Amino acid sequence: MERSIAFILNGKPTRIKVDDERMLLWVLRYDLGLTGAKFGCGTAICGACTVIVDNQAVRSCSVPVKEIAGKKILTIEGLSKDGHLHPIQEAFVNHNAFQCGYCTPGMIMSAYALLLQTPRPAAADIVRHMDGNLCRCGAQVRIVEAIQDAAVAMKGRA
Amino acid sequence: MKQDETTVTANGGVNRRDFLKLGTGLVVYFWAGPMDVFGQAPPAVSTDFNAYIQIGANGRVTCMVGKIEMGQGLQTALAQNLAEELEVAVDSIDMIMGDTDLCPWDIGTFGSLANRQLGPVLRGAAAEARTVLLQMASERLHAPVERLQVKDGVVTDPVQGKRVSYAELVQGKRIERKVGKVAVKSTTDYKVMGTSARRKDAIEKVTGKAKYTADFVLPGMVFARILRPPAHGATLKSVDTSAAEKVPNVQVVKDGNLIAVIGNRPDIADKALGLIKAQFEPSPNKLDNKSIFDHLVAAKVETKVVAEKGSLAEGEKLGEVFEQTYLHSYGAHAHMETHSTLVKIEGGKATLWASTQRPFGVRDAVAQALGFTPQNVRVITPYVGGGFGGKNYTQNAVEAARLAKLVGKPLQLVWDRSEDFMYDRFRPAGVVKIRSAMTKEGQLALWDFTVYAAGDWGSPTFYDVPNNRTVAAPIAELAWRRGDNAGGVHPFNVGAWRMPGTNTISFARESHMDILASKAGIDPLEFRLKHLSDKRMRGVLEAAAKQFGWQPGKTPSGRGVGVSCGLIYGTYVASMAQVEVDKNTGAVQVKRVVTAVDPGTVVNPEGARQQVEGCITMGLGYALSEEVLFKDGEVLARNFDSYEIPRFSTMPKMEVVLVDNRQFPPDGMGEPPIITMGSVIANAIHDATGARLLQLPMTPDRVKAALKRS
Repeated sequence: MERSIAFILNGKPTRIKVDDERMLLWVLRYDLGLTGAKFGCGTAICGACTVIVDNQAVRSCSVPVKEIAGKKILTIEGLSKDGHLHPIQEAFVNHNAFQCGYCTPGMIMSAYALLLQTPRPAAADIVRHMDGNLCRCGAQVRIVEAIQDAAVAMKGRA
Repeated sequence: MKQDETTVTANGGVNRRDFLKLGTGLVVYFWAGPMDVFGQAPPAVSTDFNAYIQIGANGRVTCMVGKIEMGQGLQTALAQNLAEELEVAVDSIDMIMGDTDLCPWDIGTFGSLANRQLGPVLRGAAAEARTVLLQMASERLHAPVERLQVKDGVVTDPVQGKRVSYAELVQGKRIERKVGKVAVKSTTDYKVMGTSARRKDAIEKVTGKAKYTADFVLPGMVFARILRPPAHGATLKSVDTSAAEKVPNVQVVKDGNLIAVIGNRPDIADKALGLIKAQFEPSPNKLDNKSIFDHLVAAKVETKVVAEKGSLAEGEKLGEVFEQTYLHSYGAHAHMETHSTLVKIEGGKATLWASTQRPFGVRDAVAQALGFTPQNVRVITPYVGGGFGGKNYTQNAVEAARLAKLVGKPLQLVWDRSEDFMYDRFRPAGVVKIRSAMTKEGQLALWDFTVYAAGDWGSPTFYDVPNNRTVAAPIAELAWRRGDNAGGVHPFNVGAWRMPGTNTISFARESHMDILASKAGIDPLEFRLKHLSDKRMRGVLEAAAKQFGWQPGKTPSGRGVGVSCGLIYGTYVASMAQVEVDKNTGAVQVKRVVTAVDPGTVVNPEGARQQVEGCITMGLGYALSEEVLFKDGEVLARNFDSYEIPRFSTMPKMEVVLVDNRQFPPDGMGEPPIITMGSVIANAIHDATGARLLQLPMTPDRVKAALKRS
């Protein structure tokens, strides 16, 4: 059903008139111009489209827009503040925790959700949490190391 | 060096239309001397070296190459090649990659070619540029060239204490100058090559600012989804598009067999596609992923003797002949970014943004499909979200261009994951038969190696065997180039895949060596070294053994350790692994992998390590889980739940040993380290359990079956 949906997007109150059955990924990318979240599988199994909704990592390819009404959305575009990289982004840079970079926004947003819930995760916690985020280039080991570094840098704060 | 001549021209002969948009500055023209100046320069690459470099008035250097960045770090590594000889900072170089209007023709980004073939060209171009610039500085500073020093794009005359920058030398000018033969640096003099320059793409990629093809938005653009048959070879019987046509903002278009839904958003087009009712005649193809191997062996294709030494009949007399057959299933590329193209056709010219490894190949294929001249097609290649050989082909771009022409609007065609699997040019399934014999002392006497469908790359033995022969079918290589079904051998199209056939060949060779070592009761590392006189191969094996802490022993030892080595292009690889096998479930967990690589000179150690880690990871996939299941032309692997690629929980501890061998120029790095992965895991499984796996991937079911046999 086409209707007006309001939510907070990267800290900004946002309102959009849209068919509320449409999936968040497509609305973010082609109605709101935020192309950081990527299409990978379309069925919530690869994690390339991961964004944060009310502090939880969600697969935006499979979340209808009606479910985000009144909620807070954080995408990769909203993570760095005032031109400063977020510690997770910084750690990804320091570890070269990416190659092609296509899965990277989803990886970083998943890691962000993990560190919100578990500020000092063990390597096994990270592997468990990130296991549904796929990377074809083989950056997984570096991503685990980057998340561990970011956890230290964040000192328990997200 | 004698100065030949200097001319200032209005237009320098550059006919690339948008060249001027790069800003004013020096365009350095090169008339290459003999090719040997640049060592390995290949015949296919443009010798018009000026096309690669522009020095801007602001001091920034623009480097234009037809190669593309798909994660392998070329943006950085190629800049290092240029910086080394031009004597500028890597950070001062802006790379323009894969733009067919701005970059010189390039064959494509595959075959681990970039550093080993384009690298020497760029270094040669940069060396000549530096020579020209030093001549200009010499004139400006009234100092002999021999006295000048150059660093970070600034030329200094230490005697007069004067300096002039490249930017100051060239500002506002276009200078055409010919110089003669110039020398390039010796690999041992490298200062920039061999260092871990920071990836140029890092900030963009962690902030979501890095643009991939589907991230480009044009005013008035539309999004297409194509009606697909359920199977390869299935043909359309009837179609009813009326329900789809009623959807607001949606249009259905037909062009022969091509039926597509065009929408104002990708998801809206996709939803409407689901409303099309279509019936198809089933595919006549009756092969499946089990029957395929007999089919491949029986296929009538031309074969050739790739290598031959001694006499097979003589070898057969020296020991008991032992024969074994090895199988490898089809594999998918499964890059995270599916095939994508955006097309704009305006004023008789098509501009494409395409996720491709072969921008010039796309240009030519699209030109042909649209009836345009190649000059009227421009392909721009943004960041590519993974390729691995799968983006060498042009189907997606050609479909997008045809549809854009039909609808008369800018059009995006992003394949769904299911289409990306179905129309992937799979790594061909392959079969290798080996007949061997060894003496009582465990010395190889016979090696008769026949490859079916997996090509011949890397197939000749590098072991010392007095009587050997290698036979393969050349059709496979053709298929990798064309992305077709290799003369009808396969039930669908096949193509290149990070060392396509060599993975299969290496699995067979190194598994067989392990079986023979076990039969001879000799440690598998010692058995290999006993048959190796190639120092570089011995070197990587010894480097891997040192890092791994290899303890010699007969196999199976129950420890779960394995060794493998391989050679492809000019790169030597050795791997060692440790595995744990769950005998009840057949599941294999790889605990540790050590890979040592000698690619000659290492361009960027950190980048090289990433490539090796990527090879280990992707190698675990083809070794353990990746298999394209299919039946009657239908590809059953359609998403990441039916085609299992490695995950975080798959990852072993990985250790990379780089043998930076400055005796040799840089060779391939993106693919070679993957070739040992199937065999090193198979050998470790055998060492753990005594079970010998003869088919890749080594799925839990196959491991259980092998345990039963053992």
